[in-house]
Amino acid sequence: MLKLEEINAYYGDLQALWGISMEVNEGELVALIGPNGAGKTTTLRVITGLLKPTSGGVRFHDHHLGKEPAHKIVELGISQVPEGGRIFTGMSVLENLELGAFVANARRVKDQSLKWVYEIFPRLEERKNQRAGTLSGGERQMLAIGRALMSKPRLLLLDEPSFGLAPILVEHIFEMIREINRQGVTVLLVEQNVRAALELANRAYVIENGRIVGQGVHEDLLSFESVRSAYLG
Amino acid sequence: MLAAVAQSLAFGILVGALYGLAAVGLNLVFGVTRFLNVAHGELLMFGGYASFWLFTLYGVDPFASIPLSILFLLLIGLLLYKVLFSRMVKLPEGDKIRNTLLVGFGLGLILQNVALRLWTADDRGITPPYAGEAFTILGVRFPIVRVASLVIAFVFLFALQLFLRRTYTGKAIRATVEDWEAATLMGINVHSVYLLAFVMGAALAGVAGTLVSVGYSIEPAMGMHWTLKSLIVMVMGGLGNMTGTFVGGLILGVTESATSILISGNYRQVVGLVIFILVLLFRPQGLFGTKEG
Repeated sequence: MLKLEEINAYYGDLQALWGISMEVNEGELVALIGPNGAGKTTTLRVITGLLKPTSGGVRFHDHHLGKEPAHKIVELGISQVPEGGRIFTGMSVLENLELGAFVANARRVKDQSLKWVYEIFPRLEERKNQRAGTLSGGERQMLAIGRALMSKPRLLLLDEPSFGLAPILVEHIFEMIREINRQGVTVLLVEQNVRAALELANRAYVIENGRIVGQGVHEDLLSFESVRSAYLG
Repeated sequence: MLAAVAQSLAFGILVGALYGLAAVGLNLVFGVTRFLNVAHGELLMFGGYASFWLFTLYGVDPFASIPLSILFLLLIGLLLYKVLFSRMVKLPEGDKIRNTLLVGFGLGLILQNVALRLWTADDRGITPPYAGEAFTILGVRFPIVRVASLVIAFVFLFALQLFLRRTYTGKAIRATVEDWEAATLMGINVHSVYLLAFVMGAALAGVAGTLVSVGYSIEPAMGMHWTLKSLIVMVMGGLGNMTGTFVGGLILGVTESATSILISGNYRQVVGLVIFILVLLFRPQGLFGTKEG
């Protein structure tokens, strides 16, 4: 479904990604794990088109994403929950969700999607007329995920959905991610919470210093320092 | 004395509505694109001249010429965006503000001199047959032309708010003001939003210009004055806060009038700058803004 081939990407003069290759198949829940600053978010930015790679290709189904502007990539069915949620705090919960369904295809089925999102996160329906800036941390993350689902994605990218949340909330959010995946949405999950991510995902890639250094199911990955320390530390 | 104060406050509100309208246009442009277009006042001047010539040459009523003034400024806005400003959209925010500021200054000078060349430095005003009419409430005189201008400014503010709150495009504009990258991830083409905000801002300047030309007067060098007022008022209102900005305009108008009658007319222009500095020091988020994110 999604295939990255030999991606090299820069921030200014600084090379952030070195020959990244990875693949996500239809229906999978794949994790991308690694320490802070390893290139996880950058990889997502390349997929969503916010950062154009200097070389290498991104393929989604039959589309080459390399030249597509970011807003077109959303139309193709890739939706991202950015790090920290980045909800529109000055707007209401409902308006945030409506914006999630901005692209034409999603807008046509907006009411259906809204029902679906409210089923997954009933809290959002209770708060729909509230200004998003007044939500708690957990609710903000729910809104960010709900907003991303409103575009009817085939592939959902999640950037650190556990960040800044209490453990009990992390468990809840992860349970919902599993449920969303079970309903047919392919998920690529970026996490620093290695243990939780590995338990949730079918398989994982390990990224360090901008390079993919390993992949597999979690038993296979115990040889990596960042994985081992998550389990032992 | 009391009557004089009341009269001066009334005039303050009437001119303040125009400050507000001009500043709402600037705020829309700056909030969305982070272009600090200091030639905003020159755009306003062009709107004023459009209506002046339509009246003088063809006898078009100034209020009826508002749609034409809007159309004219939409075209100028489109041209300026395509030729000049679109080149700066990809710059990081700080550079974008600095570069557009410089470009805006240059552009302002050019537009000012074009107007000077074409239309001379004379003060111009539109005097329709009903220009002198006024009504009086409790001894305070209200010229109907200026009252009508206030009403029209309100109508445009209201229409803009309706557009920003009720339509998908309006919501996309507000989302872009808050976080353009998150907006992009919604599938919003932020470059189209930039263009739209820019031409809408120009059109609002055009409307304000028409209203200035009928209630007051216009001349080629008026732009900087109006840009300055708009900047002060925008800072008072807070980024992206249109109603706050409009209210800020009314406050500036009243404060200026109060200053000139209670202290001295010499300080009229100073008070706005004092407000500007005070707001930046103590409430950089604007008088009506909230800090939380």
